[in-house]
Amino acid sequence: MNSWIRILIYLIAAPLVGGVLAGWDRRISARMQSRRGPPIFQPFYDVMKLWSKQSLVVRRSQNFYIVFFLLMVVFTGALFFGGSDLLLVIFALTLAAIFFVLGAYKASSPYSFIGAERELIQMMAYEPMVLLTAIGMYMVTKSFAVDAIAGHPQLLVLALPGVFLGFLYTLEIKFRKSPFDLSCSHHAHQELVRGITTEFGGRTLALIEIAHWYENVFLLGWVYLFFASMPALGIGMALFVFLFVILVDNVFARLKWQTAIKSAWLAALVLGFGNILVLSLLTAKPCVAAAPAIVKPAATETAPAAAAAPAANNANEIAKRN
Amino acid sequence: MTLILTLILLPLATGLVLLGLKPNLLRQILVSLVVLAVCIGSVALALLPSPLKLGDLPVSQHSVNQALFLVEVAMSLFILYVGVRAKKPLIVLLTLAQAGLMVWFELTAGEHLAVAQNLFVDNFAVIMALINGIVGGGICLYALGYMREYHEVAHRDVRDRRPLFFSLLFIFMGAMFGLIFANNLVWLFLFWEITTLCSFLLIGYTQTDEAKRNALRALVMNLAGGLAFAVAIVWFHHQTGSVEMQKLIASKQTLVLLPAALLCFAGITKSAQLPFSSWLLGAMVAPTPVSALLHSSTMVKAGVYLVLRMAPAVAHTKVGMMVALVGAVTFVIGSLAAITSSEAKRVLAWSTVANLGLIVLCGGIGTYEAVWAGILLIIFHAVAKCLLFLCVGVVEHKLHSRNIEDMSGLVVRMPKVAIMMQIGMAGMFLAPFGMLISKWAVLKAVVDAYPVLSVFIAFGSAATLFFWVKWMGKLIEVVGTRERIKKELVLGEAIALYGLSAGTALACLLFPLISIRFIEPYIYTVYGQTASLGEGNVIIMTIMMGMVMLFPVCFLGYGRGVKVTDAYLGGANVQSSVKFRSIADSVQDVSIGNYYLHNLFTEAGLSRWGVISCSALLVALVAVAFL
Repeated sequence: MNSWIRILIYLIAAPLVGGVLAGWDRRISARMQSRRGPPIFQPFYDVMKLWSKQSLVVRRSQNFYIVFFLLMVVFTGALFFGGSDLLLVIFALTLAAIFFVLGAYKASSPYSFIGAERELIQMMAYEPMVLLTAIGMYMVTKSFAVDAIAGHPQLLVLALPGVFLGFLYTLEIKFRKSPFDLSCSHHAHQELVRGITTEFGGRTLALIEIAHWYENVFLLGWVYLFFASMPALGIGMALFVFLFVILVDNVFARLKWQTAIKSAWLAALVLGFGNILVLSLLTAKPCVAAAPAIVKPAATETAPAAAAAPAANNANEIAKRN
Repeated sequence: MTLILTLILLPLATGLVLLGLKPNLLRQILVSLVVLAVCIGSVALALLPSPLKLGDLPVSQHSVNQALFLVEVAMSLFILYVGVRAKKPLIVLLTLAQAGLMVWFELTAGEHLAVAQNLFVDNFAVIMALINGIVGGGICLYALGYMREYHEVAHRDVRDRRPLFFSLLFIFMGAMFGLIFANNLVWLFLFWEITTLCSFLLIGYTQTDEAKRNALRALVMNLAGGLAFAVAIVWFHHQTGSVEMQKLIASKQTLVLLPAALLCFAGITKSAQLPFSSWLLGAMVAPTPVSALLHSSTMVKAGVYLVLRMAPAVAHTKVGMMVALVGAVTFVIGSLAAITSSEAKRVLAWSTVANLGLIVLCGGIGTYEAVWAGILLIIFHAVAKCLLFLCVGVVEHKLHSRNIEDMSGLVVRMPKVAIMMQIGMAGMFLAPFGMLISKWAVLKAVVDAYPVLSVFIAFGSAATLFFWVKWMGKLIEVVGTRERIKKELVLGEAIALYGLSAGTALACLLFPLISIRFIEPYIYTVYGQTASLGEGNVIIMTIMMGMVMLFPVCFLGYGRGVKVTDAYLGGANVQSSVKFRSIADSVQDVSIGNYYLHNLFTEAGLSRWGVISCSALLVALVAVAFL
């Protein structure tokens, strides 16, 4: 399929899919809590209602940042589904998130300020693993291009089990779900009022909601990449991951930000880096062989080595083919 | 040839003249004219086809060498005097060792030294010259206005030694030109030592106890690097009978590994990598133009310049690996340490240390991709970091504080400076601006060479993001009403700041051209192949850049269609969003501050680990080279 057509489909379908997913999320969460829950299309009704509301602001320029947040999120997804460079996609996503955070800073309310700081901490927590995921995919497929990664003949997850688990961990943060709904929470038990979105209302809040739909679809698209050689499995896994995130959301209480960042970095080091280390050992070029002897943290973790054991055979095969 | 000599000698001569020039007006005229000349000179150099064919020196090489030798001896004597007076045996020892070594070398081998090319100009040198001429020139202009305010308003207690100050700025600049164009390592070493001496004098400018102490620390660390440099020259000559840098790079790796390693060591001291980063952090006691000069166009860039030059000589060796690791560890530690500080200059200093770490990492990896990324980093970092330092300098004079927490609402109080600061910060870490493009390139280079090292970049850049965004947030966040400060900038400051802001934006827009015109030819001549971002990626970057630049357009609709209310404060608002009614009917002020994550890690703890691990790496670096 032409990349432009894919981008077009993404632009139109992503908010619909994202909205429906959000509806399911609320429905499933409700069932887990023995409630009936709203209709599937409730998120759309919410957004439409928000759209007709008056726009209240604390600082006159605060909404501009949110417009650009949405723009950059859409752009990120378009780059991804257009098959562009994965690192570039990550940078665009970061830029989008920064616009969001700056908007909250601009609002100059204590609650949105703390929300913004916590969002930054969350970004700092997931960023390493996200980059390591891209690097892991590169090491297997020898390309950063999403097109090439998607076209790789083998299941990436077999070579990257650790990276996949680490990525799953960061998804919990990215979806802003418990235990990592530090900056703003969909649940009522939020100590920061509404955290980062406290001072946004009306259309701007609707834009934030739509941006999250786009973002979620893009993130699930990334999950799909791990299984891209078997499309049916990929879509199934993306949905499964989504359900899993909802389950975790309802099972866990919120963590402190210190725990969030420490655990996320530990996950990145053990799962992500461990996996990459094993891969680089297996596909060792002469100059790489010297490297692991010096890097300490890897040696201490035995678990990822075991977890990545299946990766061994797989990577060997790749090496042979090359 | 004349152009090159002019670029080196004009600032040096101006420096000597300025030393005796007391009247302010005359100094201003002279400084402006020379800066203009240097800028034109470096641009002219860039327009000439490169690598340049250089003719012979107008005077005999022997007499030049003798003159330089005398300068060197005089400098050593001066440093000895400083060391004795400050009762620092280490300074005396290091100076005696390196001066003794060089004198012995000159006396025994100096006569027979056959140097085909003392000076040379290639594309890399041209880039460095442009940075030195334009950014350095901008700093000198800025200093004119800044130093007047410094002495007449802000710091009346500091003795006015402006003639010395400006003289040193220009000597520094001239020495930097010399360093860039030198091919003869003995000459390079001389200019290297001049920059060490100048930075020592500039850091100690205010003559307070702290300034003196920090200046001496800078001197000790850089002298250690100088000693390594001297040993490298002697060893290289002993091995091959040559003292030309280009011969060193072109020689077989095994033959020149030790001198290359020692030169990298010298580069690491000068570019303030851990464990030597404390001299650069201490250097911020000096007036702001000095910090800007040290951090952006000269000094530390001399260090990374040398490391990048040595890159082909250490590529794919264990030595290169050690150098890369020092850079990688420094990048992570520096970025994390920057989070913990609320003092603007300290944050900038740590960020410089971290970014130089990235460049050193590139040099250590030494593949063509890595060096390409490293040079990009040098360019973008010089412009953006200089802009940031100069902005902080202005803010410090107006607000009498360089604490980031005090910069709250700066966008209302000093809109021009705040916006330029944001441009600088965007240039430092945001896609699609310069540093991020380079970081991207670094990441690709690292993944291709040593994938394991990429983990350092992943963690380091996450930390980078945190401290920049929270600073940006502090600038735009406004609690209560703020007075606008009148007359933000004086002429010299304005020229420098506007110029650099435009430079930051232009460098980002034109980087593909810069890459094609200067960097890629250089990489090609050294490695025979070259790296670049793919055409498609460049287009995407440009689209992104266009989108970001549209952001100010939003402000045309400023305040339209919105209703302004008070912020929610969790209690009844008493006075707008500034005071609220709290527990027991008390009225509380709103105050908001950033996170510094002190309960997660501290600056002292990070530095300690950094110093320990990097010292171990440096020992390994030299040990590996010897074996």
